[in-house]
Amino acid sequence: MAISEQFSLEGKSGGSPEVLDRVKPARMPRLPLVLNNRSFSWITDKVCGIVEEKTPLWWWIAFCCSASLAGFTAIGLTYLVSTGVGVWGLSNPTNWGWAIVNFVFWIGIGHAGTLISAILCLLKQKWRTTINRAAEAMTIFAVACAGIFPVFHIGRVWFAWWLFPIPNANAIWPNFRSPLLWDVFAVSTYATVSVLFWYVGMIPDLATVRDRAKTLFRKAAYGLMAMGWRGSNRNWSNYEMAYLLLAGLSTPLVLSVHTIVSFDFAVSLIPGWHTTIFPPYFVAGAIFSGFGMVLTLIIPLRAIYGLHDLITQYHIDCMCKITLATGTIVGYAYSMEFFIAAYGANPFEIFAFINRAFGPYAWAYFIMFSCNVLVPQLFWFKYIRERPHVVWIVSILVNVGMWFERFVIVVTSLARDFLPSSWGYYSPTLVDIFTFFGTFGFFATLFLLFVRFLPLIAVAEVKAVTPQADPHYYQGKQHG
Amino acid sequence: MARTDIFGLAADFADPGVLMAAAQQCREKGFEKWDVITPYPVHGLDEAMGLKRSRVPFFTFVGGAIGFATGTFIAWYMNAFDYPIIVGGKPFFDPIFPFPVMYELTILLAALSTILGMFLLNGLPMHYHPVMKAKGFASTTDDTLRITIEASDPLFEREGTRAFLKEIGGANVQELED
Repeated sequence: MAISEQFSLEGKSGGSPEVLDRVKPARMPRLPLVLNNRSFSWITDKVCGIVEEKTPLWWWIAFCCSASLAGFTAIGLTYLVSTGVGVWGLSNPTNWGWAIVNFVFWIGIGHAGTLISAILCLLKQKWRTTINRAAEAMTIFAVACAGIFPVFHIGRVWFAWWLFPIPNANAIWPNFRSPLLWDVFAVSTYATVSVLFWYVGMIPDLATVRDRAKTLFRKAAYGLMAMGWRGSNRNWSNYEMAYLLLAGLSTPLVLSVHTIVSFDFAVSLIPGWHTTIFPPYFVAGAIFSGFGMVLTLIIPLRAIYGLHDLITQYHIDCMCKITLATGTIVGYAYSMEFFIAAYGANPFEIFAFINRAFGPYAWAYFIMFSCNVLVPQLFWFKYIRERPHVVWIVSILVNVGMWFERFVIVVTSLARDFLPSSWGYYSPTLVDIFTFFGTFGFFATLFLLFVRFLPLIAVAEVKAVTPQADPHYYQGKQHG
Repeated sequence: MARTDIFGLAADFADPGVLMAAAQQCREKGFEKWDVITPYPVHGLDEAMGLKRSRVPFFTFVGGAIGFATGTFIAWYMNAFDYPIIVGGKPFFDPIFPFPVMYELTILLAALSTILGMFLLNGLPMHYHPVMKAKGFASTTDDTLRITIEASDPLFEREGTRAFLKEIGGANVQELED
């Protein structure tokens, strides 16, 4: 028999080459994305039920706690504006203290949301559908927290609009050569596109909530947000195309945002910052920290609402693996920085790195390295990935580590600047601490409101990935 | 044989497999003003209905091009023309240094116009549509699959189309008020 005949696809109803009958290829079973073969209406009831039920007691307790915590940011900022930026622990040359650390930390967290919603959409990773809505919400709220810091760091916050190219009384425009201006464009574009992507993705689900609404107020509120969506396939056709294009646009956007954030450092001439590895290193770190935050949020949500059929062990597994992969990339970047500093033979660069790991901030470097590089290695083990409480603890350590990474980068290079007479030890003040910890309250408050009022799982998208959604599933049942 | 006193007819279908076959038959029958209402995007239904590729990408491209041009223009106008700023003896304008701004504005305007295009093509926001008043419309965003044929279609006949919808597997055939 000729080889071409052997591998011929024709003449076989199943469409598989004959050779496959003989060799018995290994089969990797495709895990179901929705467990227990749940029906469409079960999915609708489960997710919309969360929005429709009476507000649970735990929600009120959590909401009061997080809103009170958010008050600390308000207190910190009010004190700052009424007194002056001197109340922060900043000094010369450590002009960038906690404020910039917190900015980079929060903006980085957002990146996992866009990765899940855009990059995994382009890569046709269907498991993204159950977690993308919550992850995108996380992105938006994290960017909102991030925005607070640079705006108040400029000192006279009432002039923050000078950052934008708007004509002002001084008749001077912003300097387009400055990475800080690029940052303004990158972060504001990121915030806008993330909100739009999130909202567009939610329109069909808002229509579902609208159609289930009992009271006039709910009908009107969700009706307005759903914009008259009626599930017409002529609409779906344009909608799907728009969604795909937004995913295509968000992908280069998310990679550019943390690249440009890293330019704030890399384009300067400070030893330890002026390196070409910064953009990929920052992007990997951002995705790493973002997945940490997604796990921190998703695991309790799954437990509280009993979403185990929708957010399965497979989802947790996938997220753990991405966390492990990006954490290892970050570890590689830490090592490569040292190698290049040594190989580059620039004494200032060598000093910056030795100082980073063994200088006065060695304790911070130690926390960073162990939380970001060593702890995620636990995710190699299935045993660990199957224990949600362990995964949850690791996910928190990931974010502790990533905050310290930004602290190490910002502070160690600045506190040991070119002029040894101005060297010092940077410490935050109580105002710094209030403002930063308050943002966790702000973030949690926004997230709780989201969970309460909007469908936290993309209902229409999850339905589309169930087996019964596929017309071919019914072949042989009714028609040949 | 267009009728004006009703908007059209609607019928429900048991599962996506039947729906897909029914949509193909509607298309083959030659209907033009008809639609399928589903709670989620059914894979392959666009082909079954014979829909053309969506025109949203056109809007995206135009928006992106405008964004790129805007970014280039503002960097040149602000830093080289209206108020030239000397920074480190560098040229007043060059396409390299404002590239991040051009890049971000390309994405921003492309995204905005993608959504604008989707809204325009879909006629959103839509205050009212006759299918929303039909019996069981609320469950079409849950699990009901429905085909509607409009009375303004040239092939529409009140009784004939009703029989056709039943023949292709439709249940609960109902008339839609205008």
